[in-house]
Amino acid sequence: MSKMVIEVNDVTMRFRMNNDRIMSLKEFVTTALRGKLECNEFVALDHISFHVEEGETLGLVGRNGAGKSTMLKVISGILKPTEGKVVTKGNIVPMLELGSGFDFDLTGRENIFLNGAILGYSEEFLKKKYEEIVAFSELGQFIEIPIRNYSSGMLARLAFSVAAMVHPEILIVDEILSVGDAAFQEKSRKRMLELMSGGTTVLFVSHSIEQIREMCSRVIWLEQGHIKMMGKADDVCNSYTI
Amino acid sequence: MLSIGLVWLRWKKGKHSYVVNSLVAVKRYQFLIRQLVSRDFKSKYKRSVLGVFWSFLNPLLTMAVQYIVFSNLFRFDVPHYQAYLIIGIVFFNFFSESTGMALGSIIGNAGLITKVYVPKYIYPLTRVLSSLINLVISLIPLLLVTIFSGIFPTKAYLLVPFVLACLAVFCLGIGMLLAAAMVFFRDIQFLWGVLSMIWMYLTPIFYPASILPENVAWVLNLNPLYYFITFARTCFIEGISPEPIVYVQCALMALGTLLVGALVFRRTQDRFVLYL
Repeated sequence: MSKMVIEVNDVTMRFRMNNDRIMSLKEFVTTALRGKLECNEFVALDHISFHVEEGETLGLVGRNGAGKSTMLKVISGILKPTEGKVVTKGNIVPMLELGSGFDFDLTGRENIFLNGAILGYSEEFLKKKYEEIVAFSELGQFIEIPIRNYSSGMLARLAFSVAAMVHPEILIVDEILSVGDAAFQEKSRKRMLELMSGGTTVLFVSHSIEQIREMCSRVIWLEQGHIKMMGKADDVCNSYTI
Repeated sequence: MLSIGLVWLRWKKGKHSYVVNSLVAVKRYQFLIRQLVSRDFKSKYKRSVLGVFWSFLNPLLTMAVQYIVFSNLFRFDVPHYQAYLIIGIVFFNFFSESTGMALGSIIGNAGLITKVYVPKYIYPLTRVLSSLINLVISLIPLLLVTIFSGIFPTKAYLLVPFVLACLAVFCLGIGMLLAAAMVFFRDIQFLWGVLSMIWMYLTPIFYPASILPENVAWVLNLNPLYYFITFARTCFIEGISPEPIVYVQCALMALGTLLVGALVFRRTQDRFVLYL
């Protein structure tokens, strides 16, 4: 039996939904005085437990709002669960939304280093990989101009290249294999498969059931914060489509 | 000494305190910190013709304006008034710039905080550090003005880094406090504008401390900026080291403020993401 890299133990995530989000001291005091400080709780994840082994590719499926993205955020440490615990081993590269760390006034080159640093990579590593990243993105000479002049396709290419050229231990992928043109999509899909065979543990969210079927070994089906089904990719995918 | 011993003991027992953890993290994230600082710095002067030269020019111009105004209007009896003025201006500018930048550091990096996990104190820290670069650059006009007003450098100049460090630590503390408060109450940004203006008038930047009336003078003793600026003025203008007690006062005020700021920040940081 191989090593556990992600353990999710009885995780519950509750959000408070205030009727009006209180943003200023004055509003807070006045609503508190009027006794209107009630809030509805929304349970995004309800006592979820599972674990992921090293090298496994786990898919998450479910409708919008089923709690998939919340789950990924809890695992990557962005959200702290209300109850329960998540234990992870190794560095996590979240590809939740590509290019969230980009600065539009900087050039492509500067952004590669900035984004790489945000994802937790060292300077030497990025310098070594720099050529490879630029080559993968196919941006060529545009790498030296500020990215505010990039098209959205170019931005997506740059972002994916930074995230995928590195060698993370845990990769969290949320709906990103649909960037760029068809050729680039095919290329990034290949790169993903390469990473998966190279021992990277992958958590994968997609609405494309074919992608899930192709890439994942195990799938969790979330519905309204509960695990509706967990098991082999084919089994879950078959019942999910019905 | 005692606290270092304590931290070391806990380290040996395998209990990594918050302080030790943060220091380890600073080392681990130093590349990220460098990248963020250089981003802040680059984007500040992006598309301006003079660029970094503004860090140099700004204190000089402010000093010139205030010098003209105050030496004609009020005439304070302060020896080496230009030097007196520019030290106050440079120090207070750093205070208001770094706290103002740190104030928005969590809100401004919301896009990152909700997408990637990075220790959150890095954001106010990098903002203060990039202002610190500005401060170091503005030491050049400061030195030029002191030399111009007939003061020659002495060994006491070597003490200035100490007070700069105190000032930076103090600003980091205030900055962390403000950044955390800002997440929950966006009104802080407007409030802080007013508060820092009051703070400016209560700090002897362009007037000598002696003109304050008795009933206001006690405020000075509570004002860390007054201690820092006086320390710097003693080094630069009088060319001597301040009393030993002043070192202790400066260090304590800086570290105390950082402690309060860091504690508040740590207690609230898990909830930031819910309010962004």
